[in-house]
Amino acid sequence: MDFIITILEQGFIYGILALGVYITYKILDFPDLTVDGSFPLGAAITAYLLTKGVNPYLTLPASFAAGVLAGVCTGIIHVKGKVRDLLSGIIMMTALWTINLTIAGTSNVPLFSQKTIFKNDGIEKVIPEGARSYTTLIVVLVISLICKLLLDLYMKTKSGYLLRAVGDNEIVVTSLAEDKGNVKILGLATANGLVSLAGCVFAQEERVFEISMGTGAIVIGLASVIIGMSICKKLTFLKATTAVLIGSVIYKACVAVAIRNFAPQFMKLITAVLFLVILVISMERKSKVKKNA
Amino acid sequence: MLELRNIQKYYNPGTVNEMCLFDHFNLKVEDGEFVSVVGSNGSGKTSMLNLICGSILPEGGQIIVGDKDITREKEYKRNRRIGRVYQNPALGTCPSMTILENMALADHKGKVYGLSWGTNKSRIDYYRELLSQLNLGLEQKMDVKVGALSGGQRQAMALLMSTMTPIEFLILDEHTAALDPKTAELIMKLTDQIVKEKRLTTIMVTHNLRYAVEYGDRLLMMHQGEAVLDRKKEEKADTSVEDILKIFNEISIECGN
Repeated sequence: MDFIITILEQGFIYGILALGVYITYKILDFPDLTVDGSFPLGAAITAYLLTKGVNPYLTLPASFAAGVLAGVCTGIIHVKGKVRDLLSGIIMMTALWTINLTIAGTSNVPLFSQKTIFKNDGIEKVIPEGARSYTTLIVVLVISLICKLLLDLYMKTKSGYLLRAVGDNEIVVTSLAEDKGNVKILGLATANGLVSLAGCVFAQEERVFEISMGTGAIVIGLASVIIGMSICKKLTFLKATTAVLIGSVIYKACVAVAIRNFAPQFMKLITAVLFLVILVISMERKSKVKKNA
Repeated sequence: MLELRNIQKYYNPGTVNEMCLFDHFNLKVEDGEFVSVVGSNGSGKTSMLNLICGSILPEGGQIIVGDKDITREKEYKRNRRIGRVYQNPALGTCPSMTILENMALADHKGKVYGLSWGTNKSRIDYYRELLSQLNLGLEQKMDVKVGALSGGQRQAMALLMSTMTPIEFLILDEHTAALDPKTAELIMKLTDQIVKEKRLTTIMVTHNLRYAVEYGDRLLMMHQGEAVLDRKKEEKADTSVEDILKIFNEISIECGN
């Protein structure tokens, strides 16, 4: 039972990240590697604020805002600096390493004694005695569902339409007298805001900030998006964002099962192989490789 | 009024492949004129449209609209007053969005794309009415993704979308070339109807000489970056397809092909 709960917790935390990756990869058609830096960015901000004794709930908007800033930087590098999409992300990812270290102070910040969004006086009052052991799962579920619903709503606004249009056909956006560059920056900002938020929640759940926690985050995000989208392809009544969350849980479940039977150092290899298998099965690579590689 | 003054345009400047397309090219289009442009490949028709729309910038000269110099104005800013339909029907619409969403997107051109609801429910009937004029049955498929439509249907939508909001200029870049003859005819009639209704200043590039003769009130033939033929009003009305074909052939023979 604990095993399943851990999978769900992890799945929904990374689901927030996957929602961000969904925006860049699926909607904007932009392979954004900033994610590997903006995920620990949220964690770094969180570590800094929590050790300063700030209300843990303030870490959520603060992390989101920091992620937005990172996304804007990637966007400006790509749009105004005319650097290729993949490279803009790599540049930001590299730069963020230093920024994350500077914010957090050291490469490893334990958060055991601090109050977090999962453990504070307020939450203990809200959640009844019997459900205490599910607190983390409940909080994570609420946050990821709010993110999903807000994203769904946003996609139905005029601004959201434009975002979808820019990934679909840039020429239409230009002919609508809108600057396609600005729309891309907006998309990258929202996406990295979500990724950073995921980092914030993750750091509080794990009760630690670790500088290298972002390594491979993009792979997890992409895998979740692709698994979710291909598994739920037939279930047309499901929204893409729901599919992405489901994908994230499934991915985490696969990794968890695999990791049980192997030594911990195999984790990244299993991640990579799993991702490859999913890519090959879903045939996703066909349409994307040419454009982005 | 739209005016191209002393336009110079080079391709691959500074290399051995440097090619001068326009050398002091001049063109004046009066308000409300419907100009049909014909000419062989590489004569500068599409380049002229790209210069007007800002997709490419000239090396010298000025582009003037009214009394404003827009030579250096960004493409997306110019598009506020320009509607453009491309040869490729896929370029004018968003394939993964529904017909309704595409219409709503186009309907909002020129205003801020903010956080208000993307599709204004009270406008749906209006969109349906617009679509039903096409007689393609699109009004019954409002929730179908545009990617599932045929080229002709998409091109009809692209035309509707580009002329939905108040614009001054309509730029048509061989917009019937990729369509079958029957659909092309339909799109052409629709174009003419929209242009007349909205009194748009229109520049239409076409390889179909019959369309060039039948539609519009001015005929331009381009050759090697120059307008070798420019007939307006009555003079144009007296021009037949055979006349143009004759001139066309004469030019080609001069070039040796």
